[in-house]
Amino acid sequence: MNATEDSTEQSGNSLTRELTQNPLKKIWVPSSTNGLPDRHISQRKVCMTNCPTLIVTVGLPARGKTYISKKLTRYLNWIDVPTKEFNVGQYRRECVKIYKSFEFFRPDNEEGLKIRKQCALAALNDVRQFLTDEGGQVAVFDATNTTRERRETILRFAEQNGFKVFFVESVCEDPDVIAENIVQVKLGSPDYTHCNTEEAVADFMKRIKCYENSYQPLDEELDRDLSFIKIIDVGRRYLVNRVQDHIQSRIVYYLMNIHITPRSIYLCRHGESDLNIKGRIGGDSGLSARGKEFAKSLGQFIQSQNIHDLKVWTSQMKRTIQTAEAVGVPYEQWKALNEIDAGVCEELTYEEIQQRYPLEFALRDQDKYRYRYPKGESYEDLVQRLEPVIMELERQENVLVICHQAVMRCLLAYFLDKTAEELPYLKCPLHTVLKLTPMAYGCKVESVCLNVDAVNTHRDRPSNIDVSRLPEEALLTVPDHH
Amino acid sequence: MIVMVGLPARGKTYISKKLTRYLNWIGVPTQVFNLGQYRREVVQTYKNYEFFRPDNEEAMKIRRSCASNALKDIANYFTKEQGQVAVFDATNTTRERRGAIISFAKEKGYKVFFIESVCDDPEIIEANIMQVKLSSPDYENYDKEEALVDFLKRIDCYKMSYVPLDEEKDRHLSFIKIFNVGSRYLVNRVQDHIQSRIVYYLMNIHVTPRSIYLSRHGESELNLLGRIGGDTGLSSQGQKYAKALAEFIRGQSIKDLKVWTSHMKRTIQTAEALGVPYEQWKALNEIDAGVCEEMTYEEIQATHPEEFALRDQDKYRYRYPKGESYEDLVHRLEPVIMELERQENVLVICHQAVMRCLLAYFLDKSADDLPYLKCPLHTVLKLTPLAYGCKVESFYLNIQAVNTHRDRPTNVNVARKPEEALQTVPEHL
Repeated sequence: MNATEDSTEQSGNSLTRELTQNPLKKIWVPSSTNGLPDRHISQRKVCMTNCPTLIVTVGLPARGKTYISKKLTRYLNWIDVPTKEFNVGQYRRECVKIYKSFEFFRPDNEEGLKIRKQCALAALNDVRQFLTDEGGQVAVFDATNTTRERRETILRFAEQNGFKVFFVESVCEDPDVIAENIVQVKLGSPDYTHCNTEEAVADFMKRIKCYENSYQPLDEELDRDLSFIKIIDVGRRYLVNRVQDHIQSRIVYYLMNIHITPRSIYLCRHGESDLNIKGRIGGDSGLSARGKEFAKSLGQFIQSQNIHDLKVWTSQMKRTIQTAEAVGVPYEQWKALNEIDAGVCEELTYEEIQQRYPLEFALRDQDKYRYRYPKGESYEDLVQRLEPVIMELERQENVLVICHQAVMRCLLAYFLDKTAEELPYLKCPLHTVLKLTPMAYGCKVESVCLNVDAVNTHRDRPSNIDVSRLPEEALLTVPDHH
Repeated sequence: MIVMVGLPARGKTYISKKLTRYLNWIGVPTQVFNLGQYRREVVQTYKNYEFFRPDNEEAMKIRRSCASNALKDIANYFTKEQGQVAVFDATNTTRERRGAIISFAKEKGYKVFFIESVCDDPEIIEANIMQVKLSSPDYENYDKEEALVDFLKRIDCYKMSYVPLDEEKDRHLSFIKIFNVGSRYLVNRVQDHIQSRIVYYLMNIHVTPRSIYLSRHGESELNLLGRIGGDTGLSSQGQKYAKALAEFIRGQSIKDLKVWTSHMKRTIQTAEALGVPYEQWKALNEIDAGVCEEMTYEEIQATHPEEFALRDQDKYRYRYPKGESYEDLVHRLEPVIMELERQENVLVICHQAVMRCLLAYFLDKSADDLPYLKCPLHTVLKLTPLAYGCKVESFYLNIQAVNTHRDRPTNVNVARKPEEALQTVPEHL
């Protein structure tokens, strides 16, 4: 039986292909017994284009290109689009071991130009490898790319290899923003380890000058056939031209929502709940006595932090709302922040899951990120559900998010750039607040334990994840409970 | 307040209506205030373009008074009718007029976001005029040629005084400038979440002709038993439908058709029969009936009579215990709608509640109507955008199936008798 060809075939009451449910992700796929390729089916992921995308940054030094590249890469990887950044400056540092001064960047420095061109080509080569051989979907080529000539080279390269190109240009003339940039990320650069602050700033300003004369910004008219976004004055204004596809549309939306205003994001779980004490997962129970104590301490802690204009978000589950109530400020409930749905395993203990669903329990240990509870969700599903929360967190300033273990792991993985493998095992204990403050290219994390006792709900991956393992081996890492 | 800006025939009303439909669907009460309609009410009969001549004093007076009436109605909409967004659909082509609107908004404490449509492609403009202007009440007594000529002269009346939004001079305003139907956008000072969503939406819509096909999975085994939810396979009738659907789709000769299903077996089995690649979306899964999954309505009435009554009282907002509501569904389907807007020809094979939500978006149905839209099994709906709305063609593929539509019974009181509750339950095995 051949699904694609003979469609008028009379096959009685049988369909062309039998479906089986993949035991890990609970996804229905045609069984491969009849030899048909699985190319027919695709799971809804973000970038279903067959064409990899090359994002090319454009702009003078200290315009936030690397900041944008790293942040965008982190976001795309979190939503499951394999992305990698290629910073030409790093290639240059590997080539020219020691940075002497801005003179390297002078437009009349023949030798400097040669080296810089070589570095760009080496980076493009690695881009090709990543997108063609290593399953990458998006590559971010982070360099100044300030001349039309250089951009032409890149466009030709992309065309030869079948990559789509999307330019991200950052234009900024505000001297305060530029100065702050330099202080935050340039002074700490390997280039300036041997300079004092004043010398470094002076040299860097001269470096910027070297690019200014030959800078050809993307132009509405001349570049009207290119796909690009021009970010002006750190997001005050955007010019968007010829968005080609879904992934570019998502990238534009993301770039238009991020900002660099200093702020902090506080993440914590609800206070200890009645089900927590019994070692049961999921459900919608209220706070235990200790949980209520935590809620009070949380209220005091938040007060002491003197946070300007704090927004408080909870899920729609009783335990987070009870916790927020004690903080005493208005809060917003998000269904998207609800704990992972454990389906048929809701409100069971790990011992009960092992007893009733030993196969499921083992599959979960084999691939905790992709494993979906029967009639429930996976961490992968959670990330998709949390994407609008992340987008709004990017838009906001000071926010306290009171959520749940699996949810907090997903959010934390986004901010701290953790992989899908690490995510489900991140430690998010009860009664501990994480304060995340964006800094330089990443995020500073401060962990504040509010000194109210609680059960441990963290179950590590046991050594034996084989389906045939003994119950004791499966339950080895289950934390204590009543 | 969203304020449209642009010469006539630049798509302002198209954008206003579409944006309003989208915002209402995602739960943001929005209304359009079209200045042309105010003018038509005052000046009962439209004679010709001379009304719009910049030196026509009397007409100018009338037009200004219409604008101020519209603004009054907007204020009323916000204060008395709980509106959240008002779309002021007019040319607003002079800085003076925009200044007046900004002062009005400032006085009342409203945020203002401008949407300007700029287009100099004569083909697009002419197509616009053909699609929506010729059938306007203004041109009832004109023949096509005359109407076109008159309308072009009307546009000229505005051109002289048109001052587009300027990057520099208007840098303190919040706006998006759309060039040539979306090939380029200039976005300035997005103030908040809703403006950010509006910008994202505007950047994803297009006007390329295409059709969207909506259908449910073929009849399932649980359908036959009158049970809701679950994840069963197709019945034999359902399988027949899948084949008929494949034939129908082939007959339509659709260019570059994308096929989407949910993660549930019955939609996937239906898609399999088509023999073309398809994409599975978890977001298209049927509404989660929580504790009522796989029950018949009779069983729900027996085990959860209060829940059953509450559902009949407000079917849109009612959430099944440990399940979802239609309101939740709309929220979960928003990315599907966004991607449908980006795409061209798409066939969506989904479920009853899901299809109702999608249909409500395309046909601008209210939250009250949505949960009762008729989406029978074995029927394909073909939606084709047309003028300011959507043409719907319904194709019943002549394969028998059970009816799964339960109307709202007359008695929705918690104290009602079981017979009253089960009055409208469709037949099943």
